[in-house]
Amino acid sequence: MTDHLILGAKILGETTADLVLRDGKIATLGADTAAPREGVPLETIDATGLIALPGMVDLHTHLREPGREDAETVETGSRAAALGGFTAVHAMANSSPVADTAGVVEQVHRLGLESGWTEVHPVGAVTVGLAGENLAELGAMAESSAQVRMFSDDGICVHNPVLMRRALEYVKSFDGFVAQHAQEPLLTEGAQMNEGCVSSVLGLPGWPAVAEEAIISRDVLLAQHVESRLHVCHVSTKGSVEIIRWAKERGIDVTAEVTPHHLILTEEMVRSFNPVYKVNPPLRTAEDVQALREALADGTIDVVGTDHAPHPTQLKECEWHQAAMGMTGLETALSVVQHTMVETGMMDWRRFAEVTSVRPAEIARHGHQGRPLAVGEPANLILVDPQARRTVRPEEHATKGRNSPFSGMELPGRVHSTFLAGHRVVADGALQTSLTGREAD
Amino acid sequence: MRHLLSTADLSHSDALSILDTAEEMSAVATREVKKLPTLRGRTVVNLFFEDSTRTRISFEAAAKRLSADVMNFSAKGSSVSKGESLKDTVQTLEAIGADAIVMRHWASGAAAQLAASGWTDCAVVNAGDGTHEHPTQALLDALTLRRGWAAGRGHGPRGTDLTGMRVLIVGDILHSRVARSGVWLLNTLGAEVGLVAPPTLLPVGVEQWPVSVHYSFDEALASGPHAVMMLRVQAERMGGAFFPTPAEYTRRWGLTDERLARVERLNGPGGDGAMILHPGPMNRGVEISAAAADSPLNRVLDQVSHGVSVRMAVLHLLLSQSHDDGSSA
Repeated sequence: MTDHLILGAKILGETTADLVLRDGKIATLGADTAAPREGVPLETIDATGLIALPGMVDLHTHLREPGREDAETVETGSRAAALGGFTAVHAMANSSPVADTAGVVEQVHRLGLESGWTEVHPVGAVTVGLAGENLAELGAMAESSAQVRMFSDDGICVHNPVLMRRALEYVKSFDGFVAQHAQEPLLTEGAQMNEGCVSSVLGLPGWPAVAEEAIISRDVLLAQHVESRLHVCHVSTKGSVEIIRWAKERGIDVTAEVTPHHLILTEEMVRSFNPVYKVNPPLRTAEDVQALREALADGTIDVVGTDHAPHPTQLKECEWHQAAMGMTGLETALSVVQHTMVETGMMDWRRFAEVTSVRPAEIARHGHQGRPLAVGEPANLILVDPQARRTVRPEEHATKGRNSPFSGMELPGRVHSTFLAGHRVVADGALQTSLTGREAD
Repeated sequence: MRHLLSTADLSHSDALSILDTAEEMSAVATREVKKLPTLRGRTVVNLFFEDSTRTRISFEAAAKRLSADVMNFSAKGSSVSKGESLKDTVQTLEAIGADAIVMRHWASGAAAQLAASGWTDCAVVNAGDGTHEHPTQALLDALTLRRGWAAGRGHGPRGTDLTGMRVLIVGDILHSRVARSGVWLLNTLGAEVGLVAPPTLLPVGVEQWPVSVHYSFDEALASGPHAVMMLRVQAERMGGAFFPTPAEYTRRWGLTDERLARVERLNGPGGDGAMILHPGPMNRGVEISAAAADSPLNRVLDQVSHGVSVRMAVLHLLLSQSHDDGSSA
């Protein structure tokens, strides 16, 4: 394995230091650069102007495998993750078959290990087949080789309050948590976009903010009642932020996530009727966007999760009503967060590391991810060029999905290098070799 | 004008241009030979993804009176899951040689998507998209209203708009593409628009529209409208949670015989009762009583014939101009 000498990186965007990565760990940091070891190649990287950050951890990724390999595979999604600066992703359970058994989560986990571009942690379904009727074998998934701690029916809300209560209670036995897709189903039947001024003009059935807020209100109270851990996926409204803030003030064990697209895009985009803007929860108002940014800055929202949702072209090249919901996000997340949060002065790179790496790793209980950049820590880290600017071209992305809502936008920042357990999987913005020796083709 | 997709993006001058052209087209209908040669050799396709015999026949009559070749394509039920995509359907029609596509679709935004897609060079006419817009219906309503409004003022309709006219639109605004097109066009033409509906049938966000909103039909009538436009109550809304029963709907929001008597006493455009409009087909006894349906104030048949004139005007303006100067202005 190659050793790496990184010269002149700004640690968390603050002080400049040299780092040596050796045997999967940060061997030295600062002036006392270690001498090259005999027989081990040393790669020197000039990191002048680059920022060193802990590798990003995504709690919300759709890798589509098994079942929809035309949309994405663990391999292609892992490559996209590495290029986007993620050293760990959590693969949502809505595959086909659903990841509701130890067998399926072990399969996804194994595919991730074989790819070796990023860590792939399967998310287990809360209910069998995401049907919202019976609990899946959560314990079996927790005890499997995939060691699942995160459970979600994402895409579908666990709307039955009794089932949600039981799930929250049950996961306590292995320190798991439930990640809720907060969407009251009856209030959103046939919903196509945010309900409000724009939907009234476009004649598209509305997805009202109250449908999200009602579920979050219920769930934080359930989490309080049974003293369990709740994670709220893709928070999208100002009202949701206020409910979560209230819950945290009361000491309820709730964490929350926001997607990059909800930090930047609004329902105004839907006026084009271009299905690339169709997503669930829907794009909201400028007021919601502002509230989400403030909540991410002040800690009410804990993490950024991409909700990376690749779709084959024909599912987006059709009428709005028929189009699939979702957007790609792995390869644009860093740029969008830099643009909306760092360049607006709402957060610094240290806070960026918290919301993209430290907190998601803590929530998922990964002791080797989201760690400080310090001697002896696992070498899961990235180098970022904050000065770079690039125009988003989905056709150049490693994901199979071409459904990026940022297509054609110029955004700041670029992932220069990604180190996974000390192995350089991305160099100068391009895939190298994976931990398992796979090459990008 | 390259396409006609919505009235929200129709300028005052474009709207007047269509209405004035429609007046000329109306004159053709009174001739012995009801046909103009302007679109000879051009092909208009009526692409209907949902049934609407009335609208299709109206467009067909309009295109034929302009000597265009007409093809009707019924693609009901076509979808990605069930069959051919919109893209493939449209590219097929283009390959057959269509110059204009008149599209009715159950999905809001389908016409706008088609026009923006790059799948076809055809002119696109929105013949109703989901619950979004139905611009030619709004234009024929405006033509009907303008005739009455101008006559009441003792002059011809050409070149005039609806400044000062008060129009009520009554019924299921939430699901109505007729209302969504009517509001913008009537507003552009200077009319004051009032909406009358149960709160359950008004969209959230309506407070941002350039209209007044009334829950009470009777209070709205007291504001002295010059015209009352009744919307059809779709059968599938009945018995749902939008209103308790059809009978209660009729009592509170129907144009009953009692309300007809009030409408007859209103100062209409000519001082002799307000105009009654309905996009058809009427549900007699539900949103409109039989007497109101048959009242001389009711312009529903004028609306039908104006529909042909307006659609002739739209096809003429979209196709003959681009044909003459070779541009897509």
